[in-house]
Amino acid sequence: MSILVYAEHDNESLKTETNKLVHAASAAGGDITVLVVGKNCGLVAQAAAKITGVSKVLVADNVAYAHQLAENVADLVVELAASYTHVFAAATTTGKNFMPRVAALLDVAQISDIIKVESADTFVRPIYAGNAIATVQSSDSVKIVTVRAASFDAAANDGSASVENVDIVKVSEKSSFVSAELTVSERPELSAADVIISGGRGMQNGENFSLLHGIADKLGAAIGASRAAVDAGFVSNDMQVGQTGKIVAPNLYIAVGLSGAIQHLAGMKDSKVIVAINKDEEAPIFQVADYGLVGDLFDLLPQLEAAL
Amino acid sequence: MKILVPIKRAIDYNVKVRVKSDNSDVDLNNVKMAINPFCEIAVEEAIRLKEKGIATEIIVVSIGPKAVQEQIRTGLALGADRAVHIETDAALDSLQIAKLLKTVVDKELPDLVILGKQAIDSDNNQTGQMLAALTGMPQGTFASEVLVADGKVNVTREIDGGLQTVSLTLPAVVTTDLRLNEPRYASLPNIMKAKRKPIDVISAADLGVNLSSNIKLLKVMAPEQRKGGVKVADVAELVAKLKNEAKVIS
Ligand SMILES: Cc1cc2nc3c(=O)[nH]c(=O)nc-3n(C[C@H](O)[C@H](O)[C@H](O)COP(=O)(O)OP(=O)(O)OC[C@H]3O[C@@H](n4cnc5c(N)ncnc54)[C@H](O)[C@@H]3O)c2cc1C
Repeated sequence: MSILVYAEHDNESLKTETNKLVHAASAAGGDITVLVVGKNCGLVAQAAAKITGVSKVLVADNVAYAHQLAENVADLVVELAASYTHVFAAATTTGKNFMPRVAALLDVAQISDIIKVESADTFVRPIYAGNAIATVQSSDSVKIVTVRAASFDAAANDGSASVENVDIVKVSEKSSFVSAELTVSERPELSAADVIISGGRGMQNGENFSLLHGIADKLGAAIGASRAAVDAGFVSNDMQVGQTGKIVAPNLYIAVGLSGAIQHLAGMKDSKVIVAINKDEEAPIFQVADYGLVGDLFDLLPQLEAAL
Repeated sequence: MKILVPIKRAIDYNVKVRVKSDNSDVDLNNVKMAINPFCEIAVEEAIRLKEKGIATEIIVVSIGPKAVQEQIRTGLALGADRAVHIETDAALDSLQIAKLLKTVVDKELPDLVILGKQAIDSDNNQTGQMLAALTGMPQGTFASEVLVADGKVNVTREIDGGLQTVSLTLPAVVTTDLRLNEPRYASLPNIMKAKRKPIDVISAADLGVNLSSNIKLLKVMAPEQRKGGVKVADVAELVAKLKNEAKVIS
């Protein structure tokens, strides 16, 4: 058995999702190769070579892959896939984008968003916003799998794999990159944070999110949001936690002024400790919260910041 | 230009699904069903393109048992011109769905196919990308803005780091994210009119697609329930508990 793991990165740094993917892959067993696809991504490849359990790193470094467009990446991965029994990628917007193309071109199914590897052919995944947990078995010749990184521990960084270049260049004339508007923040990314503080519709507007900033700074936390807060334009889309946003499982999740709709819970209910701050004591978020504080967030947040 | 909108019948998003006692699957008996919310956004986007004079015809297509005609009628009531129903009782994976949709694409030759990014039942997020791959089309997934001009479509995508815009040649596949639009409600006159719009019913078995899947569902379990915790009286008690009991802050 041999597993190709698709590295999650932004050409500059390797993301911890990759370590988690390697950990998930090692549960399936077999030889692990990490594929780094990008442009000027040499540092990423070096970092990937250090992940424990990786035997080889392949680097496809070409302008065609600068933005990891699905059309180009999928064609590359399809060509490489012949030598592997599994391809694993993170269930991020990158993995979700190109992996189904890979599966379709190989005429196999994709198993999305796994939270557990039972064996080389059997995987566990949530369905219905996490209200049911399915165990599925695949008899496909190559298993195309996306992994919910938040459900796996990260592999350590004491390896020393070899790094090899891949010269295959795939360029689709049908799709091209125009622009990106990336959120710049000094705070940790949602997917990597140990502590997350999220605001909902109860925050009332974008300015009020500054009430979360001071607390986030003291706790080294990332800031998240409910869909209602994003839809209302309080904060940007990349902050949405939930079934259709980001799935997180930090040590501490503080939910402020959000009700706890099933779609939101789907994204955070595996957090180790959940705190809810809400003025409605009947709010469903309290059913999953380890510690609930009933009251007005505009009184409580300044108090919390002062107490930390 | 012609737009094809594949739609899925799915559990209503307000319903919390239950697992069958024999753990063979979820229990959908007597559960309220609806058009998958992301598919509704796809229909809305197609209608807006028609209202802007960019699209001339909207075809909705759904795959499943006879009951999916309810959702097809909703799509027609919202503003689609006609519909295709591919009838099957089989539980299909995204790959088989994408192959069936490809037969419709090959016949109808749409300029744009707009789908929901995921269905809220299987949560797979696969069909649009698979259809794009099988038909050789470029894809703009998780769209929050769609601009059609000069034989191209510019799609702004919601990605983990923010937003990304790609330019695609037509024909292309677009999958919708939540912020693309806010779907309208069907008006009563339009619901009445929809009853007279044509639905072309085709049996999936007649389309020459291999409908067998290599994925076996072994079991479906209820998730572990979190035990509700305690209410704390004030911020001081909260901070003390987080420090001394949960030990998640120092
Ligand atoms: C297809 C689909 C996908 C979805 N995906 C997601 C998703 O990924 N993530 C997500 O979050 N949602 C998602 N949703 C939306 C979800 O159903 C809810 O609508 C949303 O989560 C509600 O956000 P909220 O809790 O901020 O708002 P509300 O439900 O309006 O809750 C606001 C809360 O704030 C409290 N509050 C108000 N003022 C104060 C105050 N001054 N002090 C203290 N508390 C206060 C209120 O008591 C209330 O509980 C999805 C919905 C659909 C249909």
